[in-house]
Amino acid sequence: MFDIVNYAFFALLIILCLYPFWYMLVYSISEPSLAAKGITLFPRGFTLFNYKKVMELEGIYNAFFISVMRTVTGTALSVFLNALLGYLFSRTEMPGRKFLYRMLLVTMYVSGGLIPYYLVIKNYGLLNNFFVYIIPGAIAAFNVILIKTFIESLPDSLQESAMLDGAGYFTIFSKIIMPLCLPIIATIAVFSAVGNWNSWFDNYIFVSSDNLRTLQLTLYEYLNEAQTLARLLQESGNIEDYKRTMEKSLTPRGVQITVTMITTIPILLVYPYMQRFFIKGIMVGAIKG
Amino acid sequence: MAIPLMALVFLFSYMPLFGWIYAFFDYKAGIPLFENEFVGFKFFELIFTDKADMIRVMKNTLIFAFIGLALSPLPMIFAIMMNEIRFKRFKMFVQTATTLPNFVSWIIVFSLTFMIFSTEGLLNQILFSLGLVSNPTNILTNGEAVYWFQTVLGIWKGLGWSAIVYVASISSIDQEMYEAAVIDGAGRFKSALHITLPGLMPTYIVLLILGIGNFLNVGLEQYLVYKNALTADNIEVLDLYVYRLGISNHDYSYGVAVGILKSVVSIILLVIANIITKKVRGSSIF
Repeated sequence: MFDIVNYAFFALLIILCLYPFWYMLVYSISEPSLAAKGITLFPRGFTLFNYKKVMELEGIYNAFFISVMRTVTGTALSVFLNALLGYLFSRTEMPGRKFLYRMLLVTMYVSGGLIPYYLVIKNYGLLNNFFVYIIPGAIAAFNVILIKTFIESLPDSLQESAMLDGAGYFTIFSKIIMPLCLPIIATIAVFSAVGNWNSWFDNYIFVSSDNLRTLQLTLYEYLNEAQTLARLLQESGNIEDYKRTMEKSLTPRGVQITVTMITTIPILLVYPYMQRFFIKGIMVGAIKG
Repeated sequence: MAIPLMALVFLFSYMPLFGWIYAFFDYKAGIPLFENEFVGFKFFELIFTDKADMIRVMKNTLIFAFIGLALSPLPMIFAIMMNEIRFKRFKMFVQTATTLPNFVSWIIVFSLTFMIFSTEGLLNQILFSLGLVSNPTNILTNGEAVYWFQTVLGIWKGLGWSAIVYVASISSIDQEMYEAAVIDGAGRFKSALHITLPGLMPTYIVLLILGIGNFLNVGLEQYLVYKNALTADNIEVLDLYVYRLGISNHDYSYGVAVGILKSVVSIILLVIANIITKKVRGSSIF
């Protein structure tokens, strides 16, 4: 009895979690005119019309490019800097190590708050600048701790023998440490990439330039436009009027849903691969979330 | 070598702290800070006279915070129930499906809810075809539904992910205890209640205490995305209010003052939490 209830509960939960994504996929490939009559489980007709329409949207290629660029450069930069700093903190001979490490840890608990942060970014001239996407958040204390702890668990003899062979710190870092740290680096890279791809708040408050708009924010703007329109028409209260106007709007429903689909696809693609990192990721996520 | 890297940390994590000084000046954008009028605690006093907004915003923040506190055992219960699934593959699938929403942005979640709950969304289509409604319903523009609807969305997005830490700690519970319980005649429910649950309590308590410092951080991105003219009154939490003051209205100094007050309260909560842990466990977390 308990088993039945439990299985039924989880089956329902799976549907609740996956159905919205399924609906989105099905809607995006259906004939728009048929889709408007209602879709529940299966696509009505098959067409890539919506995808073609999305490709014609102004600025969509650029938004996609910006999102990809920030994900690639942001991830690479943050992996490199966190790994390097983690390595440096693992070297006991570093002068002022304790003090600097403490200084880093404090940043996990104390922050200046939104407005001072905004003013600082503004004073640095980072408003409307691509670098605002990748530099301010590049070093995350928690990632540094993860890497430092990982390096400390490696046998010392590896580094000692390399040093006897005349290798400098940077050679040891790039030739020995980085390859050995691959498991933890992969975890950090994957979570950082997903975080970068999903990030939109920095775009929302620091960047107003159209050329630097990310895919996430582009989607948000389409939705806001649709919502405003919907509200105005809801107040007028005529559903037929409403439907007609929605069809004529710049981004009809099918197109919105397709943009959402395109924004979600990269996540769906890396997701199965990510699961291996879940447990390690909790530690990363617990801090970032 | 560590110096340039730490300089980066200093620039983006420490410099904003110096920005607290803005709260003591009547700062106008474009004028160098020290050429603005020094006003002392004027903006902090303003917090207590700005009653209408502050009371509403604090009420919203506390409602969300206490709902969050009340629901904090959910991930643990979820993990225990998941642990009772004997069919391994199904269990894996449950975990995969319920964790997915955590990895999409709030904008995507907003778009999905828009797709389902908006005036021309799926829900209304179904209700229409069943003849249940004559006028479309739209929960996204319903100010009264804000608290529970946003809570449900938060659970939908985060439950599977927050359960993973408990799933991990269940696997570290000594299996012999279950075997002993079976010999003593305990059923699965009793085993879950008397072995799994107590086994997870330490994890729960630690997470709860660590979370106390974040008590007032109730989720800026989520509420910002769902905020519109009709939901604004109930959805505007402290962080959103600071955002509106500073970034939308350019009322920088007052925004900083409200932000400082929030930080101070958070730090006090954190210190209290630390004292409690010291008393209870004999060791402090920090």
